[in-house]
Amino acid sequence: MTKILVVSERHEAKVKRVTLEALGAAHALSSKEGGQVAALLIGNEVASQADTLSAGGAQKVYLADDPKLALYSSEAYATLVADVAKKMDATLILLGATAMGKDLGPKVAAKLEGAFAGDCTGLALNDEGAFVATRPIYGGKAIATVKCQQAQFQVVTLRPNVFPVHPPAPSAKAEIEKVTTTTDFSLLKAIVKEVLTVVASKVELTEAQIIVSGGRGLKAPENFKLIEELADALGAAVGASRAAVDAGWKPHSYQVGLTGKTVSPLLYIACGISGAIQHQAGMSSSKYIVAINNDPNAPIFKIANYGIVADLFDVVPLLIEEVKKLKAA
Amino acid sequence: MNIAVCIKQVPATESKIKPAADGLDIDRTGLSYVVNPYDEFGVEEALKIKEQLDTGTVTVITIGPEKAVEALRTCLAVGADEAIHIKDDALTGGDALCTARVLAAALKKGNYDLIFFGRQAIDDDSGAVGIHVAELLGLPHVAGINKFELNADGLKAVAHRQIEGAAEVVEARLPAIFTCQKELNEPRYASLPGIMKAKQKPMTVWSLADLDLSAEDVGASAAKVKLEKITSPPVREAGKTIDGDTAHAVSELVRLLHEEAKVL
Amino acid sequence: MDFNFTEEQSMLRDMVRKFVDKEVKPVAQQIDKEHNVGLIQDILKKAAPLGLLGIPFPEKYGGAGMGEMGYCVLLEELSHGCASTSVTIGAHIGLAGMSIFLGGNETQKEKYLKPLATGEKIGAYALTEPGAGSDAANLQLTAKEDGDHFVLNGTKLWITNGDIADTVVVYGLTNPELKARGGITAFIVETTTPGFSANRIEDKMGLRGSATAELVFQDLRVPKENVLGQVGMGFKIAMETLDESRLSLAAATIGSAKELITMSVDFAKKRVAFNQPIVHFQAIQFMIADMAAEVFQMESIVYRTAWMYDQGNKIPREGAICKLFCSEALDRIVDKAVQIHGGNGFMGEHPVERFYRDSRVNRIFEGTSEVQRMVIAEDVLKKGSY
Repeated sequence: MTKILVVSERHEAKVKRVTLEALGAAHALSSKEGGQVAALLIGNEVASQADTLSAGGAQKVYLADDPKLALYSSEAYATLVADVAKKMDATLILLGATAMGKDLGPKVAAKLEGAFAGDCTGLALNDEGAFVATRPIYGGKAIATVKCQQAQFQVVTLRPNVFPVHPPAPSAKAEIEKVTTTTDFSLLKAIVKEVLTVVASKVELTEAQIIVSGGRGLKAPENFKLIEELADALGAAVGASRAAVDAGWKPHSYQVGLTGKTVSPLLYIACGISGAIQHQAGMSSSKYIVAINNDPNAPIFKIANYGIVADLFDVVPLLIEEVKKLKAA
Repeated sequence: MNIAVCIKQVPATESKIKPAADGLDIDRTGLSYVVNPYDEFGVEEALKIKEQLDTGTVTVITIGPEKAVEALRTCLAVGADEAIHIKDDALTGGDALCTARVLAAALKKGNYDLIFFGRQAIDDDSGAVGIHVAELLGLPHVAGINKFELNADGLKAVAHRQIEGAAEVVEARLPAIFTCQKELNEPRYASLPGIMKAKQKPMTVWSLADLDLSAEDVGASAAKVKLEKITSPPVREAGKTIDGDTAHAVSELVRLLHEEAKVL
Repeated sequence: MDFNFTEEQSMLRDMVRKFVDKEVKPVAQQIDKEHNVGLIQDILKKAAPLGLLGIPFPEKYGGAGMGEMGYCVLLEELSHGCASTSVTIGAHIGLAGMSIFLGGNETQKEKYLKPLATGEKIGAYALTEPGAGSDAANLQLTAKEDGDHFVLNGTKLWITNGDIADTVVVYGLTNPELKARGGITAFIVETTTPGFSANRIEDKMGLRGSATAELVFQDLRVPKENVLGQVGMGFKIAMETLDESRLSLAAATIGSAKELITMSVDFAKKRVAFNQPIVHFQAIQFMIADMAAEVFQMESIVYRTAWMYDQGNKIPREGAICKLFCSEALDRIVDKAVQIHGGNGFMGEHPVERFYRDSRVNRIFEGTSEVQRMVIAEDVLKKGSY
């Protein structure tokens, strides 16, 4: 029987979408030969989030609710995950490939001497009942298919926006089991002292459904206002090309591409971005790509679903108007 | 302060990547290799700390074939003091945890206060090895740091790590492991005197036997993750270019996004 | 026979390539458009602490001891980014520094070469005059003995770095009768000396970011200890310096040529005509093949000659052959590159247009193609056979 543990992640008081995606993936896998999907909820005063996890497909929720767990701790969280994984004899442990998941996944895998596959875009069971994951490598220039070679404790992080969520079942009520941390916090060798909000952006880039990105074609930092206005109208996150970041127009946290973030939104709108290989590496798995650029030879058009060859300073203001009109209708 | 930086030699960022004929590797003909760019941030941070304290040793460590010595030599030319090259044919087929076991064994032989890694290698994009090593050695770690400061007493360090929309400020007791993200610093260039001196600096070569490890511990048979195949990513087809005057093109775009793609 | 670069030479190439990608390429268009010498001076300030300005000179003079091979690698890589920068550094190291290195005594090397090698001071080389270009021996600037000084009067023209240099190696006439046969003397002149003035010449076809100047010497007094070598040895120093610098100039053309191939291939893959990328057309492929064939010849002769030079051989004929062939090959290559780029290649927005303008002077300065042919022929005829 496939037993899957999904480690829940929250943003403020809400379960992150990527956790629901992981639950969706877990469901798809476990339904094949009958299995169990559990979620582990860690934090302080997070019990209310169990309903979201139930509705999202968790049959059981392990709840570690403790003021000491309010802030992330690699060691304490990993110990908890490993304890629960052992307790339920988990075959598979799923996390989002977020800052937390990317840190926690390898830590848990090493604790459990398990297999680890990071930032996966595909996950399936093969005929022998082994998990086979696909993951982009070389900045997305190649795809590796890897097989986990053991029966338990396989740790996989999933790229956000790739796996479909489970159809919500609002009436579902998962069994809740409280678990306690065994970590002696006074002995922790690394402690999160504080969390500084750096980006006031309303939507996080890696998890956004729609992204509007600006590049060199914006010509000056103040012109990013235009990108932000369009993003606001769409409820989208703002991204930037490396050229724009290197020029100092936006901080690195906005950068999409090889040395920045990898995103897979439903819609990616590239404004004044030529679409060098290194940029494509970060966004080519977007579902729909729109390119706005005045150079018809820009490589971005080769991967865009829809392209407009024109000056972005003409296009974007009109686009903002059109989007507002559509939203109002 | 004794500082180690674990580095990896990888194909240069702009390399064209395609699967090899057997589908179990990439086609390596004509590739040029560099020090993994994220590891360079680690080397730079180590050198900065050494300069700031005006004492200490910076050791660069890599696992890799004969050719990987070039990457070590580059780090020596940039300013590292010594290098350790771990090479053994028995390592072929191992996974990230195997790599971590080897590095953990090597790091144990030195008495390091600080250990830096890149946040990930740009070839396998895994980002797991540094964190694995921390767990194996029972050391604290902070992953993906873009700011680092050593406390005055030299016993703790405070690092910032980028998380979604925010930065976590983490204090870690040394010895500790840090994996480095862009923005941490501006890696320096190798200098000419550095290049000329690189060959004279100590270069230790270790096999698995030197680390009291065997193929069963860290080779293909120990791997929990096995590479099945490497393929090219699906090719995206160019879609339509919307012609006509700008106002018309924009309203057509919005119509397509709404009705055809159904994303608005 | 070993055609491999040493590990040090390869590391140097990697390092300079990184430097050029980050510090030079991003500003190259701006340097050209704005005739922005200041940006090049900023690049020199960053290059100096890395030891890049002293590559060919021994360590005791503040250099890196990497010889002519190392120096050619530097200029090749720099020219991928910006010919103006490459020429500025070339005049500084290969002309000014090299004159002092070849002709100077220990005291002079310590006092003048070292600050050039470390980049503390900038150097220039002043040979050409309004009436003495190809006919360099016909120079008119006079240097008259006066006690323990020489007094310089005259004008030098088109001097690279002329108005940004701290140290200028000036060639003047100490004996109008003897001219090249012992009448020309080389002097090290500090540009703060009274009687020195420099006027920037802005209107150039290419190399618009390099500082080209007219230098005027008016009763300028140079102490005798600043005579390079001995009185009357100037022409020999000037020519030996040119043997070497012609080779390094050829090395620089390789970098431009390789960059043009990369640009052309990139463009031809992107540019669609008649429903396909133009790179599919044989007409384009043949041009690229010819470019590659020339580059292979260029690097083959340049690095072979650099190796000969580092072995202690004199290279008057070989240096001239490298300069002649490479400068003309680059013009053929850049012409094809513009052709491949079509209308885009004619527009100032595209770097290939800058490369086209920057290339042309290679067939003119440091000895025209015709002068190179004279040098080669003279050497062949002297020996009577190849």
